[in-house]
Amino acid sequence: MSELRYEAPKTLEAAVALLAGAQGLTKVLAGGSDLLVQMRAGRIEPALVIDIKGIPEMTTITAENGGFRVGAAVPCMEIVEHKAFAKTWPGLTEAIALIGSIQVKGRASVGGNLCNASPAADSVPALIAAGAMASIAGPKGKREAHVEDIVTGPGKTSLAKGEIVTSFFLAKRPPHAADAYLRFTPRTEMDIAVVGAAVNLTLDAKGVCTDARVSLGAVAATALLVAEAAAALIGSSVDDAALARLEAAASAAAKPIDDKRGTKEYRIKVVGVMARRAATIARDRAKGNP
Amino acid sequence: MAKHHVTTTLNGNPVEFLCETQQTLLDVLRDELHLTGTKEGCASGDCGACSVTVNGRLVCSCLMLGVEAEGKKIETIEGMANGAQLHVLQQKFLEHAALQCGICTPGMLIAAKALLECNPDPSETEVRYWLAGNLCRCTGYNKIVEAVLAAAVEMRRT
Amino acid sequence: MDTPTSYPEKKLKVIGTSPVRPDGVPKVTGLAQYGADFNLPGMLWGKVLRSPHAHARIRSLNTKNAEALPGVKAVLTAADLPEQKFAYVGPERIAVNYWHMTRNILAREKVLYEGHAIVAVAATSQKIADEALKLIEVEYEVLPHVIDVDAAMASDAPLLFEDMITRGIEPPPAKASNISKRIEYKLGDIDAGFAAADEIVEMSFKTAPVHQGYIEPHACIARTDSDGQSELWVSTQGHFVVRTFVAKLLNMKTGDLRVHAAEIGGAFGGKTVVYLEPLAVALSRKSGHPVKMTMTREEVFKGSGPTSGASMTIKIGVKKDGKIVAADALFKYQAGAFPGSPVMNGCMCGFAPYDIANMRTIGYDVVCNRPKAVAYRAPGSPISAFAVESTLDAVAKKIGMDPLQLRLKNTAKIGTPLIWGPKHTHAGFAETLQALAKHPGYNAPLGKNQGRGMASGYWFNGGGESSATVSINEDGTAVVATGSPDIGGSRASTALMAAEALGIDYDRVRPIIADTNSVGYTQGTGGSRVTYATGKAVINACNKVIAELCARAAKIWKIEVEDVIWEDGHARPAGKKAGAFEPLSLKAIAAQRSATGGPVTASAAVNDGGPAPGFSTQFCDVEVDPETGAVKILRWVAAQDVGRAVHPAYVEGQIHGGVTQGIGWALNEEYIYDKDGHLINAGFLDYRMPVCSDLPMIETLIVEIPNPNHPYGVKGMAEANIVPPMAALANAIHNAVGKRLTDLPMSPPKVLAALSAR
Repeated sequence: MSELRYEAPKTLEAAVALLAGAQGLTKVLAGGSDLLVQMRAGRIEPALVIDIKGIPEMTTITAENGGFRVGAAVPCMEIVEHKAFAKTWPGLTEAIALIGSIQVKGRASVGGNLCNASPAADSVPALIAAGAMASIAGPKGKREAHVEDIVTGPGKTSLAKGEIVTSFFLAKRPPHAADAYLRFTPRTEMDIAVVGAAVNLTLDAKGVCTDARVSLGAVAATALLVAEAAAALIGSSVDDAALARLEAAASAAAKPIDDKRGTKEYRIKVVGVMARRAATIARDRAKGNP
Repeated sequence: MAKHHVTTTLNGNPVEFLCETQQTLLDVLRDELHLTGTKEGCASGDCGACSVTVNGRLVCSCLMLGVEAEGKKIETIEGMANGAQLHVLQQKFLEHAALQCGICTPGMLIAAKALLECNPDPSETEVRYWLAGNLCRCTGYNKIVEAVLAAAVEMRRT
Repeated sequence: MDTPTSYPEKKLKVIGTSPVRPDGVPKVTGLAQYGADFNLPGMLWGKVLRSPHAHARIRSLNTKNAEALPGVKAVLTAADLPEQKFAYVGPERIAVNYWHMTRNILAREKVLYEGHAIVAVAATSQKIADEALKLIEVEYEVLPHVIDVDAAMASDAPLLFEDMITRGIEPPPAKASNISKRIEYKLGDIDAGFAAADEIVEMSFKTAPVHQGYIEPHACIARTDSDGQSELWVSTQGHFVVRTFVAKLLNMKTGDLRVHAAEIGGAFGGKTVVYLEPLAVALSRKSGHPVKMTMTREEVFKGSGPTSGASMTIKIGVKKDGKIVAADALFKYQAGAFPGSPVMNGCMCGFAPYDIANMRTIGYDVVCNRPKAVAYRAPGSPISAFAVESTLDAVAKKIGMDPLQLRLKNTAKIGTPLIWGPKHTHAGFAETLQALAKHPGYNAPLGKNQGRGMASGYWFNGGGESSATVSINEDGTAVVATGSPDIGGSRASTALMAAEALGIDYDRVRPIIADTNSVGYTQGTGGSRVTYATGKAVINACNKVIAELCARAAKIWKIEVEDVIWEDGHARPAGKKAGAFEPLSLKAIAAQRSATGGPVTASAAVNDGGPAPGFSTQFCDVEVDPETGAVKILRWVAAQDVGRAVHPAYVEGQIHGGVTQGIGWALNEEYIYDKDGHLINAGFLDYRMPVCSDLPMIETLIVEIPNPNHPYGVKGMAEANIVPPMAALANAIHNAVGKRLTDLPMSPPKVLAALSAR
């Protein structure tokens, strides 16, 4: 019987050193809401878990250059309760608010949601649409990466051995900008997204869309950043015609599978609907944001 | 490997325990400390029967390692009443017949208490969404929601 | 000795009130002990090795390495259990076959479903027990499997039992099949009935298997002394039933097994059978140590009983004025890995609410490679009602009649024959329909994409064997001991009835669930029988106690016992001695216990044949999202005849619970299998039971038509409420969007597909 080792480093350097030097399967423990379930089910048998919640920069939300830096291990509930953050990033906040129950959100983190690398993770499309940058620490030092470049497939990331996502940076918002996230689940709560859609857009003073990012979840091996969907909005007043083009582009970009949570056909149709509805919400929010 | 020695504050009292790494806080509460009021319904964070608070934050004790409790303040159902004096929520659950089998009740109470601490005047919808992480198969939730709303009224009054 | 059959309502003092339940406080403080909450010194942990295959022959089984692991104290295989005779024992509707049961406890020749138990081990820690399971070597010959009921009935289907000849067909078929049994009920002449019909509607339906979904996984702890006497603490609906099954499966003397009912964390029919219990007792016998066993949630889904999935066809013929003249039904129910689906109930209940001159129901009990079906709240009836009540909605539409009026026109009344022979002897159905018809919501306007649907349901309710002992303490308080595990408030209802009968305050009665060695035999808590039948045993025991108290009073007063009556909790002199003495309270007589003859205690037992059936009629309003197929429930109103609401708050609670389970069944719950027969949603994340935010407040309309066979008019009422919801929702969806869903669950992809279909 192999014994499971537990370490709780107090600094990033110590965590990276542990990760880089580890023998056998090593898992980072943030909220544990995915990791402990996988361990209990016997799907993984790590030799070492590294609890990173004692590392200050990973567990705080701070203002930075007019934007926000969110530690990768901050529990979701702390983000949801952060009034200034929620006001600036309502879509990302609602995506985070959809990760499991209140109980799960009391532990689960956005870093964990990303690095668990589930195609259906709620926060990931919203982070991608928001243009969030991930800060990564590793044996070779620190680097920055776009969130969309982290996950490479179900359960797989581009992180090298010893690397760890430490925080996310969300830049200062221009005026008339807002985001929204919608997912579809059979129940009102407690489900994994059948599809998810995040829309982040900026309007000019006349209400014309000058910038947009659209990201879709649970319709491919990873969350998708769909340029065609964004292009459907840019230059428009996000009117019905633009929304219809967006819906079509979102459905066209979806490459889902059939599984226990939804059929391919259903996902293709409904991801378009969710994208259109999310864009409508984002547009109305942006109009209200001076 | 030796067991971890963990020091916590449990329901207001200093408590130390030994645990293996893979033991969850739920395992520790039930199997090591014999506090069996916290229930295991799924061990995957999907039913809420194991709800406790850790440093005031509502969590599933099945999704936390016992060793992570080091230095933390933990509240379980056993600490909810003040001696023989039931908490208002406990009293309202009884008066409103908000439990049938009672297995979800400890988790429901802990979750409801956490709600009323951050939102003393919740709407019915807010109660329903906050408690969505606590499955009940007996009651259809009607009387649970009624009991929580009634407790909120009484707690605001006192 | 039965009490007079009807108490005028005005005389009832405590029945009909909703006090705090006697067992309430420990359940809100966490001190109540459920199945997994017991521990014993020197206890071992038992774990079960389960089949990874849906269907396979066990070529060989090697447990040597597991036995050799330090800390492992016992390993149990089917070879340790005695072989059982192949025979169906007991009434056909609930017959058991121990040859099947022992094979479900531990597989012998074959594994018949993923999760089928094969070996049990007991070790000094959970970790060692888990490790031991990994050391067991099983060589399987994987066989083709079948799960869908129609596929299992096909002539080329893989056979679970190569020698199974369908029962109920004369002459018996020559060829083996997966069809365990065929049943048929007939009334009148259906051909003539259909020939006389103005309109005929024929429709086919499917339902998915659904799990009872109790939040507490199965759990028990057993100990055995060196003289062979065993004791078992278990979360069960019937500890006497557990004793019977375990004693039989382990070839023990019944008297050597004492079973205690732990508090039970939900059951709904699913804890009427045994899984871990015989293993825990056998492991404790083999190891000489106490053994605790609990299931994981995954084991609950894979290894314990859901109810049947089904395939059904209904044909109903009607006159233009709404009179139904013929009804025909074919019900094919999955039994799971061993015979015994509730198809017989489905055949009996489907048309039971209605007065139809010409009827036929045909049922098939079909084995397939999933866990054996186990009772689930009104077993069998919700499935057939989904089909029948959906078809009735289509019939109403076809003749342009309100669906509620259609049912009112065809309501069975006292004297209407039932398809299985007897006549209806109780009213109550029409009253539930009338209650809904009067509800202001039934005719309220609806918005866009919104619809309203209604449906009805029938359930037999149970009587049967129950025992109770009532003892009066020296201060005039009373202890009521029954053998009925309390799965949702029956301590409160029995205490209320005892208080009413004795004429004392509710909080002076303390009900307990006595173990198998402390009270007489009592059937399980099921079939909504406890408040009715165990309640009668309690009332009868109270009446014996009252007779004794009157005798004590006569002794104190030195008069004839014939001259003493009991009224309002007091003995009073009567007849020629009326007024001669001050009345003596129960408390005053109890204080003189020792001087007047010693302990005041009485037991009573019933084997009751007088339950009244339950009827429920419900309507709901829904809104369908035309772009996603999501169904939102806006309103739910449930009327039910409960006989007498002994504790109205718990009556409401039972209705809320039954409706909610029905909603889950209707919209999202299902067993999902991959192509290899593996259950891929064996957890609460993807087995989607309703959560709090899915529901509105459910409104209840309690109808009270007293049952003359019970002193207080009680009818069982915990089950009929789960019968109507599936059809009510299908009918509401049809009303909202004009599409008829016939395949449960009506999950968003299916609704959207129906909306897209031409």
